[in-house]
Amino acid sequence: MAKYLLLKHYRGAPAPVNNVPMDQWTPDEVSAHMQYMHDFAAKLKGTGEYVDGQALAPEGTFVRYDGEGRPPVTDGPFAETKDLIAGWMVIDVETYERAIELAGELSAAPGAGGKPIHEWLELRPFYGVSPTITE
Amino acid sequence: MDEVLLRTLTPSVIGILVRRGADFAAAEDAVQDALVEALRVWPDDPPRDPKGWLVTVAWRKFLDAVRADTSRRIREVRVEEEPEPGAVEAVDDTLQLYFLCAHPSLTPASAVALTLRAVGGLTTRQIAQAYLVPEATMAQRISRAKRTVSDVRFTQPGDVATVLRVLYLVFNEGYSGDVDLSAEAIRLTRLLAAKIHHEEIAGLLALMLLHHARRPARTGPDGALVPLAEQDRGLWDTRLITEGVEVLQAALARDRLGEFQAQAAIAALHADARTAEETDWVQIVEWYDELVRLTDSPVARLNRAVAVGEADGPRTGLAALAELDPGLPRHTAVAAYLHERDGDPVTAARLYAEAARSASSLPERDHLTRQAARLNDRLRG
Repeated sequence: MAKYLLLKHYRGAPAPVNNVPMDQWTPDEVSAHMQYMHDFAAKLKGTGEYVDGQALAPEGTFVRYDGEGRPPVTDGPFAETKDLIAGWMVIDVETYERAIELAGELSAAPGAGGKPIHEWLELRPFYGVSPTITE
Repeated sequence: MDEVLLRTLTPSVIGILVRRGADFAAAEDAVQDALVEALRVWPDDPPRDPKGWLVTVAWRKFLDAVRADTSRRIREVRVEEEPEPGAVEAVDDTLQLYFLCAHPSLTPASAVALTLRAVGGLTTRQIAQAYLVPEATMAQRISRAKRTVSDVRFTQPGDVATVLRVLYLVFNEGYSGDVDLSAEAIRLTRLLAAKIHHEEIAGLLALMLLHHARRPARTGPDGALVPLAEQDRGLWDTRLITEGVEVLQAALARDRLGEFQAQAAIAALHADARTAEETDWVQIVEWYDELVRLTDSPVARLNRAVAVGEADGPRTGLAALAELDPGLPRHTAVAAYLHERDGDPVTAARLYAEAARSASSLPERDHLTRQAARLNDRLRG
């Protein structure tokens, strides 16, 4: 088993195919999307592949150490042009192929017009222990 | 084994040890040891006086621990026979624990954790689960909090207002995992209310009961927020509402108004309406005026603007809102609501979408997004 991080972006990722802001969807489409996300997590819990996931607020701040005795430098909080993470999910799956499959499935969440968003998700493997060599 | 009984006895036993001179952390450890002992011994040999038994065993455990060099060995020696029931003083030591756990030297988060542990008798694991942090992390927080108050000695009564604030924080944490913190906060506030007569304790208890009564209606089956006006009032717990109103009326009758009583009065007026239309907004505004006078809280002013919008029309509500800091949490959401009521869905939809982006929780964000989607959908149609 290997762990992967699925990252959903507010911005910074390539634009989704079905790129319509959520407040322009119909209420039913909003509900369908939320249900899909909920069911997706529930399904992975059922298969034992879900580790954790959270949504993040849109405002992020870049912070940097600025030397002894000085307060850290901050950039933001409204860093309009920067890459921002909207949420993450950690999955623990057998193979890389399975991770790709699940990310694809998550990207198929329904959006405007009831059609999939085709959102780009970033898939990042965790560094972990090397596979055990028996014999 | 009666876990509820143990949880009920724990705080007063810790309190007795503290008053006999044990520092808080040591007293807590000793009582935990005694509880383990009780779990082992009681099923076969139930004590005649459970509290006396616990006090005696905990005090022994404490003395054992104090004799540091030999304690490790002594702790392994089991208490075989039932000890004589200790003298249990009539003074209520649980109260001291409330004050100790809500001590001003603690951060609100530490005070909450310590209260749940010492007064509530919850395990560290249960508290950690409720706050979604690892057990080791919560254990560290609690022991740090215990160290902070270990030198505090009580010679005079503590500040009830601080205790109430801590209990209200616990209540507002709601629930997650297997511990319902709202129910726990109500249980603790009931215990406190039974010990001291204080209008604001009653006010807080009433407020909690009235809020708690509406909980089944507050979220839909999919976890989405249901606004007050759209809630299925048939789901409200009328028994809790009746109790809340009775507790509140008794408190108000003593004519010493405080912020919790005022908030409870507002909650009672909502609970009293059979339909959203029957809500007595004029009285609610009057109570918000009291609340603003008592607390001068920006949040109270914001909620007052909503009530004014209902009582005197959305224009008046917007005028009240215009006097407040636009940076207040939920300011934009309230503006969106009032603009919609004022017949301006375009502005309302834009503000709802804007409010969704700065929402502080996922259910709140989803709710506001839905509101924007609903209006935009209508505007297209």
